[in-house]
Amino acid sequence: MADEIIRLTGIHKSFAGVRALQDVSLTLERGKIHCLVGENGCGKSTLIKIIAGVYQRDSGSVQINGKEYEQLHPIDSIREGIQVIYQDFSLFPNLTVAENIALNEQLAEGRRFVNWKHVRHVAEDAIAQIEVQMPLDARVEDMSVANKQLIAIAKAMRQNAQLIIMDEPTSALTEREIRVLFTVIHKLQQRGIAFLFVSHKLNEVLEISEAIIVMRNGRVVSTGLANEYNTTRLVYEMTGQSIAEKSYEFTPDLSQPALLRVENLTVPGALYNVSFEMRRGEIVGVTGLLGSGRTELALALFGMLPITAGQIEIDETPVKIRSVQDAIAHGIGYVPEDRLTEGLFLEQSIGRNVVVRTIDKLRGAFGLTDPARVKQQVDEWVTSLRIKTSDPDLPVKTLSGGNQQRVVVAKWLASNPRLMILNGPTMGVDIGSKNEIHELIKRLAGEGMGLLVISDDIPELLQTCNRILLMRNGSIVQEILPGETNENELAAKLIED
Amino acid sequence: MQQTAQRNSFMNRLMGESQTLRLFIITLLIFVGFSLVLGDRFLSIRNLQSMAVQFPEFGILAFAIMITMLTGGIDLSIVGTANLSAIAAALVLTRLSGEGGAGLPLEATIPLAMLAALTVASLCGLFNGFLVSKVGITPILATLGTGSLYTGLSYVITGGPAITTTQLAFIGNGSIAGVPIPVIVFIVLALVFAVILNRTTLGFNIYMLGTNTRAALFSGINDVKVLVRTYWLAGLVAGIAGIIFLARANSAKPDYGATFILLTVLIAILGGVRYTGGFGTISGLVLSVLSIQFLSTGLNMLMLQLSGSSAAIFFRQFAWGALLLLVMVVNYYVEQRRQRVT
Amino acid sequence: MSRIFRSNEALVAVTIVLLSLIIGFNNPTFFSVGNLFDLLRSSIVMGIFAMGVLIVIVSGGIDVSFTAIGVFALYSTTRIMKEFMPDASIWIGFMIAATIGLGLGMINAFFIARFKLPTLIVTLGTLSMFHGFLLFAIGNQIIRDVPPAMDAFARSALVRIPLERGVANLHPAILITLTVTIVVWLLLRYTMLGRGIYALGGAREAAERAGFNIPRIQYFIYGFVGLLSGIAGMTFGSMARQANPQDIVGTELNVIAAVVLGGAQLTGGRGTVIGTVLGVMLVVIANNSLVLVGVPTVWQRVVIGLIILVGTGLPAIQAKRASKHSARLAQA
Repeated sequence: MADEIIRLTGIHKSFAGVRALQDVSLTLERGKIHCLVGENGCGKSTLIKIIAGVYQRDSGSVQINGKEYEQLHPIDSIREGIQVIYQDFSLFPNLTVAENIALNEQLAEGRRFVNWKHVRHVAEDAIAQIEVQMPLDARVEDMSVANKQLIAIAKAMRQNAQLIIMDEPTSALTEREIRVLFTVIHKLQQRGIAFLFVSHKLNEVLEISEAIIVMRNGRVVSTGLANEYNTTRLVYEMTGQSIAEKSYEFTPDLSQPALLRVENLTVPGALYNVSFEMRRGEIVGVTGLLGSGRTELALALFGMLPITAGQIEIDETPVKIRSVQDAIAHGIGYVPEDRLTEGLFLEQSIGRNVVVRTIDKLRGAFGLTDPARVKQQVDEWVTSLRIKTSDPDLPVKTLSGGNQQRVVVAKWLASNPRLMILNGPTMGVDIGSKNEIHELIKRLAGEGMGLLVISDDIPELLQTCNRILLMRNGSIVQEILPGETNENELAAKLIED
Repeated sequence: MQQTAQRNSFMNRLMGESQTLRLFIITLLIFVGFSLVLGDRFLSIRNLQSMAVQFPEFGILAFAIMITMLTGGIDLSIVGTANLSAIAAALVLTRLSGEGGAGLPLEATIPLAMLAALTVASLCGLFNGFLVSKVGITPILATLGTGSLYTGLSYVITGGPAITTTQLAFIGNGSIAGVPIPVIVFIVLALVFAVILNRTTLGFNIYMLGTNTRAALFSGINDVKVLVRTYWLAGLVAGIAGIIFLARANSAKPDYGATFILLTVLIAILGGVRYTGGFGTISGLVLSVLSIQFLSTGLNMLMLQLSGSSAAIFFRQFAWGALLLLVMVVNYYVEQRRQRVT
Repeated sequence: MSRIFRSNEALVAVTIVLLSLIIGFNNPTFFSVGNLFDLLRSSIVMGIFAMGVLIVIVSGGIDVSFTAIGVFALYSTTRIMKEFMPDASIWIGFMIAATIGLGLGMINAFFIARFKLPTLIVTLGTLSMFHGFLLFAIGNQIIRDVPPAMDAFARSALVRIPLERGVANLHPAILITLTVTIVVWLLLRYTMLGRGIYALGGAREAAERAGFNIPRIQYFIYGFVGLLSGIAGMTFGSMARQANPQDIVGTELNVIAAVVLGGAQLTGGRGTVIGTVLGVMLVVIANNSLVLVGVPTVWQRVVIGLIILVGTGLPAIQAKRASKHSARLAQA
């Protein structure tokens, strides 16, 4: 009993009549690493906000360190040693590392003046505690994502954290950075600090956590020790259904000309002598660590990075790609990494998002846009990609993640690309939609399109691609056939030097 | 979850569409209100005519500020552009015809003068577009800078005083079938802009770029092209406004219409143009222009009646500022209510 | 080396030196004591305004109403002094002006903090409101017979140096500017409130989570800027020996230009007192010394416009180049 930091019993929470949490009970223990998994919208974030005191529960009880709280305010939660590290880390890009670490503490102490020596002392101490190196006088905006995260942890530790809650902690890290993070976490764990990770990415969940809590539709549906779960069971618990996927089989027709041929492509600082070929109907996976050049390859092919050397041929014709417009003119489409900020115009209608690429072609009398043709095209794509909406005039932000991603795909398909580059096509998409998107990718390949799938989701690559290119330090180091490898082998190859 | 989200956004749309309706009712109420309070003085043919020749000046400028706001920017140089264009036209008119001029016939000079004004305006607009898109300066700072530059050039050209010419008075005072020419220009521009915004690729791209610049880039929208054209159009419209300035005032001077910047921002916001870009309609803008004109004339008459002092003209300046804040606060509460419904 | 040149302060400082050398080379009177004092005199009011604008810009906002607050405070104070306390000292006058400025600034703060409205639109509105109210309700005639205290202050001198023709005076109001500059520097550097202003400008949401009371910080910012504007307006009138309700308004741009040239960014979180001081110096030199090299005064606005465009354009081009060359653009 003494080991409990948090005990929630029978928590209910509704927003304007919509139930977000129903009868949620759980305990979090000192010195233990917990993981809360569930699909988007299952109630994970609501639960975190209740623990942090940001939301007030409708009913149920909250006990922290054995103390019952009628009303839990953010300040109570912080005093009890609960620290939430959000995905944006809550850091100030314009301030130095040292100040970022010390600022909260100084505020909490009610200081009115800044003692810069003290700030530095606090920061040195905090960094030493987690046993890493950090330039304290650098601005946070110049630090890598991994370092920002470590700064956030150091900051939390200075505030006597007992429980550190981290939202999707590994989503923007390279495998190597994940190792560093895990080392830090294990060190802190030995000192009695508890962790609660919130995630929907399955492999890392299993690796680091000791206790697992699965949520679905606002309820806790399963809890237990990590070794009681494997991927299949987790998927089943998260979605309530078991899904089996076939891998994609494709034998290239070598008599056909290559759809895309890249030779010695070089972008200084990002890509060096990248060469590969791809035929119609192929799904080629590209993987590697963050910074290995996988995203840069996509951006270079899409005209967003300056290519200084090398050649690109499309349908055996050499082409120059200097701008996005060039790439589009050569029939290249790109589904970007970050759907919300790069892929969609969230507040504009579904329809406008679908026709943004083709609006110039949907013209009628006097060269003006023809609303009837626009509507026809929108309806066509909403139907053929099964975008679930009552009205395509609604803002695209009303759709779920999977349906939003389909809108991004529809936008490109409407312009008939020969080649589509998909960067992290199922990031932040729930498992049900993920499978549908994989089916869609395979269908498009079947229709003769070439697809380049960039991903660090190893099961995804193995299930959808007929070839996988492994990148490291800006170059392709190996070509892998899914049939000749397995998840563990590929994961190991990803991180070896 | 998804079901409720959809219902909510249906409410949003209802609110969005009713915004024009709401504005129409407000405009009507203002008109009827002043008609009741001020009676014949407000409703007289003379007053109606005088209102009709007043609003096109700032109404036309409002189109310019609106399209730049739709892209998420702003053009604070429109008044500077208008005055510089008016001065260009006035120079052509006075140097080529009129007393002491080169003696060219007026029929030839007037088109030349307009061409000069529109060329200058285009150059001003293109330069703004270049700075905002190619150089990448924040629109507020870029157009504050060019505003100063264009106004400064006006001072350099004129040396300070106004250039007087009555040669365009036929536009300022004339009418076709009883409708003052400035009003006709305003109506034509409203129609042109409605078509540009709703039925052309440029208009579509302006809305998309204003909603999310990054997504626009990733969707292959050429932001430089769209922005240059937008600011060019804004400049061109400001040039047309400049010609109207000259035609109405019979003179061109560097510091005319200094309050129009505030007024046009007020009109755009009142008309439902979102200051972060991406949303706003021509119908909303036109209604907003009309209600501002009714308010302007009505308030002036009312204040003059109440205080009788010449300081009454300054009350309007106060009222514009207060109204702008009031509209923003009302929008805030509307947004709050909408979110509570969600 | 390249790092020093990338810092905005160094760039502005180098520009000032070069500009001074060019002007001085063409007209040696530039380096005379008389001209130096003139330049300092011209920096007094702009310097006070600029410190206020710096704070607002660091917090991620923009204020264009400060000139209206300045002239409002000046004119109202002059009337109050004339009518109710003709014998009061100049310090009473400054206190009244500061209080009026504070009050008007709080109106800005109310709209910005309570309704979270965009600062440009709010202050554009209050600029018109304050100025309109002044002209409509308080007065629109120039007051030339200012109270004796203002008159005496206008004639006082901190340093008097006899020249061949006449004397060169350094006005004591420079001490006000100096004090304000030091206070703002201490505030931004050594108080939690000041760090809160940087935090707010850098990442608003994070500042909220860290426990900063954002509305309270905003009330402080806009109230304080109002107060400084009141003092600046009063200083202006006391030096000019008149209260003209049409003065000051319209010079917003010069001040904003000075602050932006000094390295403050409209996106917030960035800007220093030393940079702002340099920015003010640059604008004042450009404004005052054109005549010395034979550029007529009608060119003043053109020059200010060009300075803004060059001053904002160069960093913008640099930033664009940097992002183009950095291959990791997409991950930013």
